[in-house]
Amino acid sequence: MRLSVLAVKKINKSFAPWRLSGKKQVMPNIQEEIKKRILVLDGAMGTMLQRYNFSEEDFRGERFKDFPHSLKGNNDLLSLTQPKAIKEVHALYFEAGADIVETNTFSGTTIGMADYHLEEYVYELNYESAKLAREVADEFTAKNPDKPRFVAGSIGPTNRTASMSPDVNDPGYRAVTFDDLRIAYKQQVEALMDGGCDLLLVETIFDTLNAKAALFAIEQVKEERNVDIPIMVSGTITDASGRTLSGQTVEAFLISVSHIPLLSVGFNCALGADLLKPYLQTLSHNTSFNISAHPNAGLPNAFGEYDETPEEMQSQIRSYLDDNLINIIGGCCGTTPGHIKLIADIAKDYKPRVSTATM
Amino acid sequence: MAKQNKKMAEAEKRRNLVLSGLEPLIITPESVFVNIGERTNVTGSRKFLRLIKEEKYDEALSIAKEQVEGGAQIIDINMDEGMLDGEYAMVKFLNLIAAEPDIARVPIMIDSSKWHIIEAGLKVVQGKSVVNSISLKEGEEQFIHHAQLIKRYGAAAIIMAFDEVGQADNFERRVEICQRSYDILVNKVGFPPQDIIFDLNIFPVATGMEEHRLNALDFFRGTKWVRENLPHAHISGGVSNVSFSFRGNDTVREAMHSVFLYHAIKNGMTMGIVNPEMLSIYDEIPKDLLEHVEDVILNRRDDATERLLDFAENVKGGPKSTEKEIQEWRLGTVQERITYSLVKGVDAFIEEDVEEARLAATKPIEVIEINLMTGMNVVGDLFGSGKMFLPQVVKSARVMKKAVAYLLPFIEAAKQVGDKEGNGKILMATVKGDVHDIGKNIVSVVLACNNYEIIDLGVMVSPEKIIAAAIENDVDIIGLSGLITPSLDEMVYLAKELDKRGMKIPVMIGGATTSRAHTAVKIAPQYRETVIHVNDASRAVTVAGNLLDDNREKYTADIRTEYDAFRETFLSRSRDKNFLSIEDARRNKLQLDWANFTPVKPNIIGEQVVEVDLDVLVPYIDWTPFFQTWELHGKYPAILTDEVVGEQATSVFADAQAMLEVILKEKKLQAKGIYGIFPANQINDDDIQLYDENGKELEKFLTLRQQSQKTKGAPNIALADFIAPKDNGVTDYMGAFCVTTGFGVDEWADEYRDNLDDYNSIMVKALADRFAEAFAEYLHEKVRKESWGYDSDETLSKEDLIKENYKGIRPAPGYPACPDHLEKPTIWKLLDVENKIGVTLTESMAMWPASSVSGYYFGNPQSKYFGLGKIKEDQVIDYAKRRSISTDMAMKWLNPNIAD
Repeated sequence: MRLSVLAVKKINKSFAPWRLSGKKQVMPNIQEEIKKRILVLDGAMGTMLQRYNFSEEDFRGERFKDFPHSLKGNNDLLSLTQPKAIKEVHALYFEAGADIVETNTFSGTTIGMADYHLEEYVYELNYESAKLAREVADEFTAKNPDKPRFVAGSIGPTNRTASMSPDVNDPGYRAVTFDDLRIAYKQQVEALMDGGCDLLLVETIFDTLNAKAALFAIEQVKEERNVDIPIMVSGTITDASGRTLSGQTVEAFLISVSHIPLLSVGFNCALGADLLKPYLQTLSHNTSFNISAHPNAGLPNAFGEYDETPEEMQSQIRSYLDDNLINIIGGCCGTTPGHIKLIADIAKDYKPRVSTATM
Repeated sequence: MAKQNKKMAEAEKRRNLVLSGLEPLIITPESVFVNIGERTNVTGSRKFLRLIKEEKYDEALSIAKEQVEGGAQIIDINMDEGMLDGEYAMVKFLNLIAAEPDIARVPIMIDSSKWHIIEAGLKVVQGKSVVNSISLKEGEEQFIHHAQLIKRYGAAAIIMAFDEVGQADNFERRVEICQRSYDILVNKVGFPPQDIIFDLNIFPVATGMEEHRLNALDFFRGTKWVRENLPHAHISGGVSNVSFSFRGNDTVREAMHSVFLYHAIKNGMTMGIVNPEMLSIYDEIPKDLLEHVEDVILNRRDDATERLLDFAENVKGGPKSTEKEIQEWRLGTVQERITYSLVKGVDAFIEEDVEEARLAATKPIEVIEINLMTGMNVVGDLFGSGKMFLPQVVKSARVMKKAVAYLLPFIEAAKQVGDKEGNGKILMATVKGDVHDIGKNIVSVVLACNNYEIIDLGVMVSPEKIIAAAIENDVDIIGLSGLITPSLDEMVYLAKELDKRGMKIPVMIGGATTSRAHTAVKIAPQYRETVIHVNDASRAVTVAGNLLDDNREKYTADIRTEYDAFRETFLSRSRDKNFLSIEDARRNKLQLDWANFTPVKPNIIGEQVVEVDLDVLVPYIDWTPFFQTWELHGKYPAILTDEVVGEQATSVFADAQAMLEVILKEKKLQAKGIYGIFPANQINDDDIQLYDENGKELEKFLTLRQQSQKTKGAPNIALADFIAPKDNGVTDYMGAFCVTTGFGVDEWADEYRDNLDDYNSIMVKALADRFAEAFAEYLHEKVRKESWGYDSDETLSKEDLIKENYKGIRPAPGYPACPDHLEKPTIWKLLDVENKIGVTLTESMAMWPASSVSGYYFGNPQSKYFGLGKIKEDQVIDYAKRRSISTDMAMKWLNPNIAD
């Protein structure tokens, strides 16, 4: 880890609503809302940003004009260099009916940003991303106070795994340790909270140990600041084996993250809604936490594009709802405001899942 | 539907304990007993320990795999062993397990008595594991802290029924400790009650001691009480302990385990550590055996133990030495009787039997070659297969020597030219500068028992003398021993000399500081002939046999290949450590808060001679190392009831107690010591200047500083950091000491030796060593509480002292915090040790007499023991300047600590 991690810029933190209110959360309260209805999460950020066709120069903006390394493809950086586009995407999803949008911070740790040599901007990236989403959410809440909108701080898996070796010849080797991850995640969490997130979403979990480091970091921040913040945890089942990349079954994954009080547990990415369903059923059967799902728009085609239509996805999601599986529903890779709109349209007709789990 | 509702209601009543590896393990109220695998535990499995020590992780993994395949639902992993870097081994093994889905599918039990190892383990498991264990032993604060962390890492925990006072050994104490632990965990920590697993301590029954009669019943009652009064909590334990007194009688043991489990489970025990091979099926236990066992376990009759003992004799003849039995073995053939005497170490009849054998033999020498060697081969086989232990073998040797001594005059009288010699000649020596010989003597005895002729040159033997004696006696093997670190270099030097002279004699290396690594990496390359490391007496016989065998060429070539391979892996494996320059290391030194520090002024300044009665020292004796001397491994007092070595430990301990009494009564040893406390200041970062009361400069201690790169925030420590720097303007203090209980020991030990009693000869030296350490402990306490008085209201138990729970430290030159032996002459000068108490230093800076201890006193409450680790050349050069010696000289003395 580079020393620059520590040289975090001090930024005005007065915006964070929970800071002003001590241990209590200010309205709106997602814990109350989730009892009343199925909450809708947004769709893909990356898919939407592709439509802008940003060039290397666009990614750099004025500020990173002379940065010595290529920055194209670093979507998280767009929160600093193209904030307008980010806010537009958030607004499109809220318009489509989303209750929660995710911050544009999927790779926002010193570990993820090392590829772009941007470690020292990590705090700012997260803080600004949270702030952008917060502003849009507040606009929508102001317009329609009956449907309060929420911001979830997106915490991705990083590009390294703590319980697997990248080198098949050296299975005992680890490219990242629990402590590396915990420290990096802690910084991200602090920035996301300072920027005004209502909740945190630890998502696309390939390796449960990475997620445990993130949860450990969140608990540390909660303790240090004497605040509470709801946490969503979302794993990824990579294929029909029904296991995470690090080899855990659905139940084992669930048990491994249940030591922390969670707002919800669920799955996202890798699979489309139809293939994900059996795993959600297993989860639902075994946990009293709320269940979330944000599947991909089907499986990618030969060009790596997702072409499941909003209508196709809607009918699969309807079967989730018919089976009373869901508390929070949204979309991952390949989903658009079109998909979210059709999902939101049916979600409002159903009651949220009530747990009957026994584990 | 109705059934499901009922099930749900029950689940409400008692929550499930859920764990995970790659797959879930859900323990419900309906679950049958959960079996925890115990073979991946270095304290319980010699094989596993050896594999881990030798870094044979592939084979170690296969042990884990076999266990899972054999039905273990959780695997317990323990790396607590003195010679292991436990944290490294734990992390490495768990990381490797993560890559083996056949093993990783079950949850892990992270087992250690050291929190840092537990925490390192928690950081590498993705599933929900079990920590084994925490308890109130170290007090409430630490208990809470650890429980909070365990919760945050997402693990369940075994809670030992242990508190500040000690281990719970009856029903009331179990209840008291469990209730208190539970309340703290649930109410203060918010620990999920279903994640609490109590280990209620399973103790042996049928030991013959009145107070053990209720051991099983109290466990059952405790279990039942926990299940009824502490909602959702679980019970675990190590089952084999209960049958401890029936070691050797597997039929009875298996029945006892099964009966114990049957009742324990009925009372609510949910999981436990059980060897499935040592368990019979409850229903298949013969009715009469079952009745006898249950009588004992459930304490149903006053004479239950005696009845089971008698019954056990029928089930499988257990070892009992009654009058009847003595007569029985006297009825055997002469060979049977001789073998019996040797195996049992009984010398009462040996001369009688040997005489009978001599009369029957054609030549007296045949009694040795045939009768005695037949018996000693049985001893060797039993020892080699771990069925006899070192103290027994040394007793066998005593019988053997007595027999040989009896025969010698007859052999001399009948001597003819061309008589066959023994197995071979072995030269044994403790190398130059080193005075320690207990280990060497043990190996000599064991080899002598196996018909090797031993040429023992004693201690402090120069290389020239070793070479000359080897040539003169035409020996077959040279055995070298050493305990202090400079001896390692002596061995390297000797290997070079042997090579230079083109000698062809193989060398065996042994002694406390030697290691296979050092032998392979440093000594073997210097000598074209075979050099082999042999650190325990049982192997010495096999190795010597192989070295002199007709197939020795293959054997020595194999050793050479093995060491070459080891050297290569060792050198390439050297975890690439980064080092700081000495300047940078000094910049990162430990910075204590000197501004807010007021040193306690000692009540006495200057040096004081101390003499104490030995009686006073007895309570300060740490017995654990005593057993290590006898190659019996385990902690005292638990070792006395250890499943494997308990019987032997008890026996050797009884002999030690008897000798202790003689020592005390006849004042056989004398405890003499000297210590001094002086004004002191840290100067030039790494040195400590001492002053007299008037501020006049006395000696200067030179300390060495850690140079390996630390994790962020951790300092590079030197001992000097514990003393206030001079430019702070505060006068700090430090002390030094030397104690001995060694005068007269050698003479007394030799007396035994001359009487052919090596067992007691070794015993004398081992006890003298313990007294010297006890004296050091005693004196340190006196200094803390009185002479210096910085901790005058200290009240520590004996266990606390052994665990070094006191404030301040007493590190010794030559040990990890200050490996520099050249500090000893400074202490000698400072305190005038030689003139005052007569302890001298050899050229390798070993203390004579050997049973002596010297060191420094640091009183700062922040001071702590640490290991210097490897240092770089820049510090060596700097040190040479400070010491005013040549760099070459400095390199020689610090060599073991210089990074390659």
